[in-house]
Amino acid sequence: MSSSRTYKTEAIVLRGSGFGEADRVLTLYTREKGKLRAIAKGASRPGSKLAGYAQVLSHSFMTLARGRNLDIITQSQAVRSFPSLHSDLERLSRGLYIAELVDSFTAEGVENRGLFDLLCCCLERLDQGDGELLLHFFELKLLKFSGYFPELEACLRCRRALDKETGYFVASEGGVLCPECCPPEARGFPLSAPSRKAMVFLSRSFPQAISRLRLSPRQLHEIRSAIKEYIAFLLERQPRSRLWLEQVSGEKVFTFKPEPEYNQRC
Amino acid sequence: MRPRIVPTSEPLSRLIEELNKLPGIGPKSAQRLAYHLLRAPKEEVLSLAQAILDVKEKVILCSQCQNISDSDPCLLCRSPDRDRGVICVVEKPLDILALERSGAYKGVYHVLHGLISPLDGVGPEDLKIKELMDRLRSGEVKEVILATNPTIEGEATAMYLHRLISPLGIRVTRLARGLPFGGDLEYADELTLMRALEGRQPLEP
Repeated sequence: MSSSRTYKTEAIVLRGSGFGEADRVLTLYTREKGKLRAIAKGASRPGSKLAGYAQVLSHSFMTLARGRNLDIITQSQAVRSFPSLHSDLERLSRGLYIAELVDSFTAEGVENRGLFDLLCCCLERLDQGDGELLLHFFELKLLKFSGYFPELEACLRCRRALDKETGYFVASEGGVLCPECCPPEARGFPLSAPSRKAMVFLSRSFPQAISRLRLSPRQLHEIRSAIKEYIAFLLERQPRSRLWLEQVSGEKVFTFKPEPEYNQRC
Repeated sequence: MRPRIVPTSEPLSRLIEELNKLPGIGPKSAQRLAYHLLRAPKEEVLSLAQAILDVKEKVILCSQCQNISDSDPCLLCRSPDRDRGVICVVEKPLDILALERSGAYKGVYHVLHGLISPLDGVGPEDLKIKELMDRLRSGEVKEVILATNPTIEGEATAMYLHRLISPLGIRVTRLARGLPFGGDLEYADELTLMRALEGRQPLEP
C-alpha cells in the first residue's frame, strides 16, 4: 500500500456505534483533520486489537487507510488512558457530555488544534478529579472557539458597560441586557456581576487556574443555568448527555423565574 | 431499498418484498430465498410459517428474569437447581446463552434489554431496572453480579446499578476484566492491562 493511502493522526473517540456483525463506526476528533468518521473493523469481537481503542473517550494515535466512504482504522496505540473515568459515574458522565458538545459544535474536516488540545487537557483533568467548574471552563472555551461566546461585559442594546450591575441573560440575544433595555416579555434572568466576571475569567484562563476560583452556590447556579440555556438555544435542543448528567449528579438547575426585586427593576 | 421485481406472480413478488425487509437480506438474497421456498416441500414451508407465527404469539418475557421464554416463570427461574440468592445481570438474552455455555454459573439471571447510553438518549427508565429493583427488595438475594459488557455503556450501567443496589445491603460484584484467552499482550490496550494487573491471581502451589 502506498504511503498516500494511509495517514497517522492523534484522535479522541467522540461517538461509536455498531456496524454489521462486529465493526464499529467511530466519530473521531483528530489533531490534524478535525472531526471525521472512520470504521474500526472487527472492533466488537473480544480479542480484537482495536476493541479497547474503539470506545468513546479513548485517546490514541491511529493509522487510517483512506476508504471509499469511510476511512478504515488499521492500527491504534494509546496516548493516554483515563482509568478514573471508567470507575466514577459522574466523571464518566461529564466526559460523555464534553464528547457530545465537541461532536455537536464541530463540522467534519475542519481542523482546530486549539480545541483538540483543550479536549485532551479537560479529559485529563476530569480523570484527575476536577468537577463542575472544569465543565463550565470547557463549555465557555468551546463557545469561544466556535465564535459563539456571549457578550457579558456590556449591554447588547445600549452598549453600556454593566460593571457591578446585575445584567439579564437572554440566550436568543447572545448575551446580557441592562435593566433598562431588558423587555419584560423577554425570558431574561439575572446574572450578577461576580457570576459574569467568573465566566469571563474561566473563558480567558488556563485549567490550572480553575481551582483559584471561589464561587457561592448561587453564582454557580447562575453560571450553570445561563450556559445550559445558551447551549440549548444554539443547538436547538438540550444535549442528551446533559440530562443524564443532571440525573446522576443531582444538579439543581435554576428555574427561569426572576426574583421579584429583579422583576420590578426590569 | 425495495427490490425491483418483475411482476410474474403477485404472491411471489410479495414474498420477495417481505423477505427483503429482514436485516442482512438484500434484494438478490430475497429472490433466492423466495424461489427456494417456492420449490421446497409444502410441509417444510408450513413448518417455517408456523414457527414464525409461534415466535410472535407464544414467546413472552419471564416476569422474574425478563428473559424471553414460552412460559412464565421461565425454565431457569423454575429450576430447583438454581441458586436464587445470586442474580447475574446481563444486557441481552444472548448473554445468558453465552454464560450458560460456560457451565460455571448456577444462579439466576436478570435481562436489562439494553444498556444506559447517554449519547443515544437511552436512560434507566428504558431498561428493566425497575423490575430488577422490585426483585431485589424481596429480600432473597444475597449477591448481584453485574455482567454488562466492558464498554462505556456497560460501565455506565454497572456504576448506576451499583449506586442503586448498594443501599439495600446486597453484595454487588462485577465480572473480572483482563486479557482474553488467545489474546496478545502486545496488542492489549492500557486499560485492559491495568485491570489485568489489578486482578492478578496467585498461582496454586
